[in-house]
Amino acid sequence: MDARRNLLNALMMGIFSLAAVIAVVPLFAVLGYVLKNGLTSLNWAFFTELPGMMGVGGGMANAIIGTLIVVLLASLIGIPIGILAAIYLSEYDRSSWFSTLVRFTSDVLTGIPSIIVGIVVYAAIVVRTKHFSAFSGGVALAIIMIPSVIRATEEMLKLVPHTIREAGDALGIPKWRIILNIVLPTAAKGILTGALLAVARISGETAPLLFTALGNLYYAHSLNEPIATLPLNIYFYAISPYDQWHKQAWAAALVLVFIVIVLNVVARLAFRSRLRKN
Amino acid sequence: MKKKKPRASWGDRILRSASGLTAVLVVGIMIWMGWEMFISSRQSLHQFGWAFLGGRVWDPVHRIFGALPFIYGTLVTSLVALVIAGPIGLGVAIFLSEMAPATVRSVVGFLVELLAAIPSVVLGLWGIFVLAPFLGKVVEPWLGKRLGFIPLFHGAPVGVDLLNGGLILAIMILPTIASISREVMTAVPTVQREAALALGATKWEMIRIGVLSYAKSGIIGSVILGLGRALGETMAVTMVIGNMPNISPSLFSTAYSMAAVIANEFTEATYGLYLSALMEIGLILFAITLLLNIFARLLVWSVARGPKGGHLV
Repeated sequence: MDARRNLLNALMMGIFSLAAVIAVVPLFAVLGYVLKNGLTSLNWAFFTELPGMMGVGGGMANAIIGTLIVVLLASLIGIPIGILAAIYLSEYDRSSWFSTLVRFTSDVLTGIPSIIVGIVVYAAIVVRTKHFSAFSGGVALAIIMIPSVIRATEEMLKLVPHTIREAGDALGIPKWRIILNIVLPTAAKGILTGALLAVARISGETAPLLFTALGNLYYAHSLNEPIATLPLNIYFYAISPYDQWHKQAWAAALVLVFIVIVLNVVARLAFRSRLRKN
Repeated sequence: MKKKKPRASWGDRILRSASGLTAVLVVGIMIWMGWEMFISSRQSLHQFGWAFLGGRVWDPVHRIFGALPFIYGTLVTSLVALVIAGPIGLGVAIFLSEMAPATVRSVVGFLVELLAAIPSVVLGLWGIFVLAPFLGKVVEPWLGKRLGFIPLFHGAPVGVDLLNGGLILAIMILPTIASISREVMTAVPTVQREAALALGATKWEMIRIGVLSYAKSGIIGSVILGLGRALGETMAVTMVIGNMPNISPSLFSTAYSMAAVIANEFTEATYGLYLSALMEIGLILFAITLLLNIFARLLVWSVARGPKGGHLV
């Protein structure tokens, strides 16, 4: 009887360990191919030139800059809104029905498909302004990043000991200064981690940009013009019939994955040093 | 808190209302999204009514629009993903929360999070140029030879099909299921485990009795969140599913998904009704994912946010 129980135990432990091994296989399979195909296709022109006509030559300089612009724009909109909402939830209203609703809505918003955000922003901004634009792309990405910024920031603010706020109170410091000058700086590294992870997430988003940023073969000269981004280019190049563009899609994938992983690692390092300090 | 000096209270009022406003904005965004899509799909809602859901024909040239092929493709790929990623994700979660020593846990945990961080368009690229040839030349001929008598594995192997879409989705939702299940299991009180061990349970019995039964609703929630993610995933599926509005029982058949048809045809929709029909597909997708997410979040919240004390078995 006990032998059977032990056997079953060993079997289940084996299965769970195997699951962990299987789970990391696709990661290495994908990263391996991105590295292999990306490195052979990557060259200096990729970073400095505009796309070539009909799949011949050229690079993605405009898309690299475009990604930076759109992501920066989204961050400028999304991060302050996310942090402010988190301040409200953590400092002003911890447990009313309204804050529960906001928290819940924010969590649910994370699960809404990003392409839905894309068509809503299309209907709201692109249709009304009558043109695709970098600006509308930034708004779409901002909406996607807000919930994760809220969640991360709120959790960090909750970790700030209550005694710190009380100490500020005892000194007669007004509440808004306690929040801005004491609570936020204390949680700064954790908030930065959350913000960086949110930036990493939107850097790779494609679907919300299809009908907003649209893509562009040239440089965009204002936020009111369509703009090229790396994820959009990977998509367009991958489904194009040109071999040369397929190669460039791999190169772009390598650059994008590199950016995303660096953001992830930096975010985690920032968090770790915060823990060590405490 | 008592009233402060007037200048200070101005600062307070500004910060309080600014932050409160952004909180209202979050709820507002959600309502606004639903409203905007409802308005944009009015024409199609009016023209086709409920028949839109059951219509098998999608013919923009003759102004006939039915959503069934897309609903079918979305459901089948998501189910394939769930069947594969559900058990594996749960296994990973158990491994991480109950078995692995700290160093292994942080490494494997990081790798799984990294998998979640890979942009879906990159997975799609890999799906087209690596997975599709592999499926079409190796896996599907093999499956067809052995299991071809089942309609599921019948037909000519091409590699760009429902199976490829399902596999890519499985890769994408695995981290979701694994990390949320793990979060839920970590929230299970340690006394649950100690009690089971004290009664002489083996580790597996401890997990089954002490952890899984306690975390059940949260685990189901994590799987539903994974499903929600699979239903709405766009780029990777669009790139590997073949984009043909077929309804075929075979996993080797090309198909189309709701998100994919929006991605492909939205900028090509040349007249109002066409655009409106695409918007309605978006509305359906929005409604399904919204309901699934509300349900799943309630389940996860019930375990992870408010442990109501251990109920011992």
